[in-house]
Amino acid sequence: MPKDGGIGASTKRREDIRFLTGKGRYTADINLRGQAYACFARSQVAHGRINGIDTAAAKALPGVLAVMTGADFAAMGGNPAGWLVQSRGGETMKEPKRPVLAHGKVRHVGDAYAVVVAETLEQARDAAAAIEADITELPAIVNMAQAVADATNRVHDEIENNVCFDWGWIEDNRAAVDAAFKAAPHVTTLKLVNNRLVPNAMEPRASIGDYDSGTGDYKLYTTSQNPHLTRLLIAAFVMGIPENKLTVISPDVGGGFGSKIYHYGEEAAVLAAAKALNRPVKWVADRSESFMSDAHGRDHETTIQLATDLQGNFLALRTETLANVGAYLSNFATVTPTFLHGTLMAGPYKTPLIYVNVKAVFTNTAPVDAYRGAGRPEATYSLERVIDKMCRELKLDPVAVRRLNFIAPDQFPYTTPVGLVYDTGNYGATLARLVQIGDLKGFEARRAASARRGKLRGLGLSTWIEACGIAPSALVGALGARVGLFDVATVRVNATGNISVMVGAHSHGQGHETVFAQIVSDRLGVPASSIDIVHGDTSKIPFGMGSYGSRSLAVCGSAIVKAVDKVIAKGKKIAAHMLEVAEADIAFEDGMFSVPGSNKAKTFGEIAFSAYVPHNYPLETLEPGLEETAFYDPANFTYPAGAYACEVEVDPDTGRVEVASFACADDFGNVMNPMIVNGQVHGGVAQGIGQALLEAAVYDGNGQLLTGSYMDYAMPRADDLPMFTVDHSCNTPCTHNPLGAKGCGEAGAIGSPPAVVNAVIDALQRGGHGNVTHIDMPLTPARVWAAING
Amino acid sequence: MQNFDFKKPGSIAEAVKALQTPGAQALSGGQTLLPTMKQGLAAPDVLVSLTAIAELRGLRKEGDTLVIGAATPHAQVAREVGKSYPALAALAGGIGDPAVRNRGTIGGSIANNDPSACYPAAVLASGATVVTNQRRIAADDFFTGLFETALKEGEIITEFRFPIPQQAAYVKFDQPASRFALVGVFVARFATGVRVAVTGASEGGVFRWKEAEAALSKNFAAAALAGLKVAPGSMIGDMHGTPDYRAHLVAVLTARAVTAAA
Repeated sequence: MPKDGGIGASTKRREDIRFLTGKGRYTADINLRGQAYACFARSQVAHGRINGIDTAAAKALPGVLAVMTGADFAAMGGNPAGWLVQSRGGETMKEPKRPVLAHGKVRHVGDAYAVVVAETLEQARDAAAAIEADITELPAIVNMAQAVADATNRVHDEIENNVCFDWGWIEDNRAAVDAAFKAAPHVTTLKLVNNRLVPNAMEPRASIGDYDSGTGDYKLYTTSQNPHLTRLLIAAFVMGIPENKLTVISPDVGGGFGSKIYHYGEEAAVLAAAKALNRPVKWVADRSESFMSDAHGRDHETTIQLATDLQGNFLALRTETLANVGAYLSNFATVTPTFLHGTLMAGPYKTPLIYVNVKAVFTNTAPVDAYRGAGRPEATYSLERVIDKMCRELKLDPVAVRRLNFIAPDQFPYTTPVGLVYDTGNYGATLARLVQIGDLKGFEARRAASARRGKLRGLGLSTWIEACGIAPSALVGALGARVGLFDVATVRVNATGNISVMVGAHSHGQGHETVFAQIVSDRLGVPASSIDIVHGDTSKIPFGMGSYGSRSLAVCGSAIVKAVDKVIAKGKKIAAHMLEVAEADIAFEDGMFSVPGSNKAKTFGEIAFSAYVPHNYPLETLEPGLEETAFYDPANFTYPAGAYACEVEVDPDTGRVEVASFACADDFGNVMNPMIVNGQVHGGVAQGIGQALLEAAVYDGNGQLLTGSYMDYAMPRADDLPMFTVDHSCNTPCTHNPLGAKGCGEAGAIGSPPAVVNAVIDALQRGGHGNVTHIDMPLTPARVWAAING
Repeated sequence: MQNFDFKKPGSIAEAVKALQTPGAQALSGGQTLLPTMKQGLAAPDVLVSLTAIAELRGLRKEGDTLVIGAATPHAQVAREVGKSYPALAALAGGIGDPAVRNRGTIGGSIANNDPSACYPAAVLASGATVVTNQRRIAADDFFTGLFETALKEGEIITEFRFPIPQQAAYVKFDQPASRFALVGVFVARFATGVRVAVTGASEGGVFRWKEAEAALSKNFAAAALAGLKVAPGSMIGDMHGTPDYRAHLVAVLTARAVTAAA
């Protein structure tokens, strides 16, 4: 039984009160005295050479304060890639400069080449439209295979064949893998596309630059999942502002899904304009800008092959992938298709031999980067789809095949052939739980009922794993990361006993303010209502690494535990002094420092007061104050895993797919707040179903974004989704962090797409369309109908 | 969006006068025009709102005819014609979302003649009469092409006169993103015969499927449609469906509409 408001309680989300009553404070809600408004001029062609930009007409318009173009930022640094990936031959990847504003060339529709600052937003927009850009359109490079084969057309003039890197993982495995394929009794091959997605955070990106000419201090309000990284990138790479002169504040942020991890040029532009004009400069993206210029997700083309014996034992696996990085390298663009993808190709299985090849390709499209799951959905989709296809080819039961190949509970820690060490897990347990909660035995009866209504029913499975709790700095450093991936918390106990916790993680909808307070409350015995969580302001919080990769709880939560433990340790010292006993005699439990076996005790509040009113205090041996900071750098990734079952009904006359049911049996390790975990799974599965059935960012051959609005980009809506059955009772706590927590934020988006697609293929196969072995996502009615009638 | 003047006349005569101002544009519910203006694709100097003109609003029954004022919002049609013309009420209740239905009007929809809009199918299948401030136009003469109608400059639709069919149904297949009709089929059975109108599918906008009408006029049952197909040649092809797919859906949805109506 969890403590009231403590770890394990389904405490209601405290932040929802302000979100749901219109009291949230987002960047667009902030208006600074004297602020001016920025509007960006963006390329309407996918690829072109900039011959000149005439800003005279724009500058002459009423209210216009400044017009800046790429030339004004040419001396600044580029926005760097966060990871340097090595190609198979050992050469370092190509890293073209990503300028604040396009200079020399425009490289995708929506590429900003100028910014107007004016007294009003309307004036800024009018002036942006009046900028005359002389751009010679060049052939657009859109298709990845063509980009790689193209010897003449280049997104970046200096990069041959538009290839960023050609990565082999693990190159030393390659010969053995190929040999295993030659000898294998059965090989299943599948070519598939992991469709490009637009992140579609509810709140578009927004930034306000502010400059104090009196102190030389800059301040940036921005929609970031990661304010300290944004500060670091602007300071050390792009603008050269000393870190101590730049504050980055990301207040309430309305969703990110990865797209707001990164630093974008608009942030530097508003800071530069603010300094030039000595006025705050505000920019808020409209939805069309978001579609064109937010970093997109996924976009892989993969051939995967699975070698097995005739009983379905996995013998070897190999993949070849083209990964689209778009026109420029966004900050995590190079790690997403490599170390967040190739390292996951083992899944929860004991496949002995694996080789992954990924070519990252520049194209004249928006940059592509991490989006909920980031590489792991791509890995899971390829793997779970090819397993499903193999089961059909060999007429094997997909549940039994998975059981046959699972890493067994007694094999942990388990070293995979793709470089990870899984610390713990019990994949058979979650699968068994799924069979139960999804009532898999009752499927045949449900299928028959659907058939009576003229519908084809199918059942699809996915048993997924991911690596999150990102990440051990030493490990990622060895793999090419340019940053560390620790996190941090400061626990500040105030004199009156209430507490502020300053955290490096950033909440943009996850519920950190509730869950982190639960953890502190649980361990200190202080009511959660007297604990505040502070995040998102580099002037208030210690240097943290933000939220993404399902890391907040496993990494920042662990830092909180460490900091709380330091507070308790110091409290014991104070208590020992006040109670006149040895420190070793002090016990702490439920908010009380006491000497067991005596009636000597001090409340947490008394200790806190004494720390700040040190009238009778051992100053020689103890500092006043009760405030502790802890950094936590994880020893390993965490490995959440689970088993998903999706049932669909297909209307054979129209091709329309309806998700009839969706069940999830997940292992997230220890769960802090079951209600919030359920919500995370619901949201993740909704996004996964969106990817599987609805969503696709589509560029035409000229690089025009055909899905530039919600008129053509299909988001999942409530009536596209079933009620979810969610269970996380089969947990194996993480062995290397103090909470035993693994992370749950991305699971649903990782595990669900293959379950949906497997279900549709199952429905079609059972419904007499045995020739349909694969349909690329999204499985729209038109595509399913075409497959049936193809 | 550019600045514009806004006029809200109280009578048709005043509206006609206001529309003579250079750069003037009639505004009804604004569910198409305002987004278009926000995108900078339209920039009228003057917007003349038609929604304060009492004679353009509301509905009434005249014998076997349902008369609907042009500025009547979809929500009101959905709410108030459920008894007299249930298929029309269902169509109106399935347009957009509640906000769209409370603002958008039948007159605005028909004057715009979006190839994916629902209402043109109802007007054409019902053989309704479009009444303007100048004349009466038969539905068969009204829809002249994609976003094009028989309306002349300054002509304002005042009301629609719907003959009420014996049986009718509208079946829409949603475009997954916009939820406009990827294909929508309205089937209406009158004593004089069956009319079938198709929206969403054709590059020419809403059209009557005459072969289906002939077959259904003989035998009002889905089985009567067996083997009938529309030619895919004139169908819209885009990322949401090929011409073949849309042509196929026309047949499927027509059969479903007949089953729903019968």
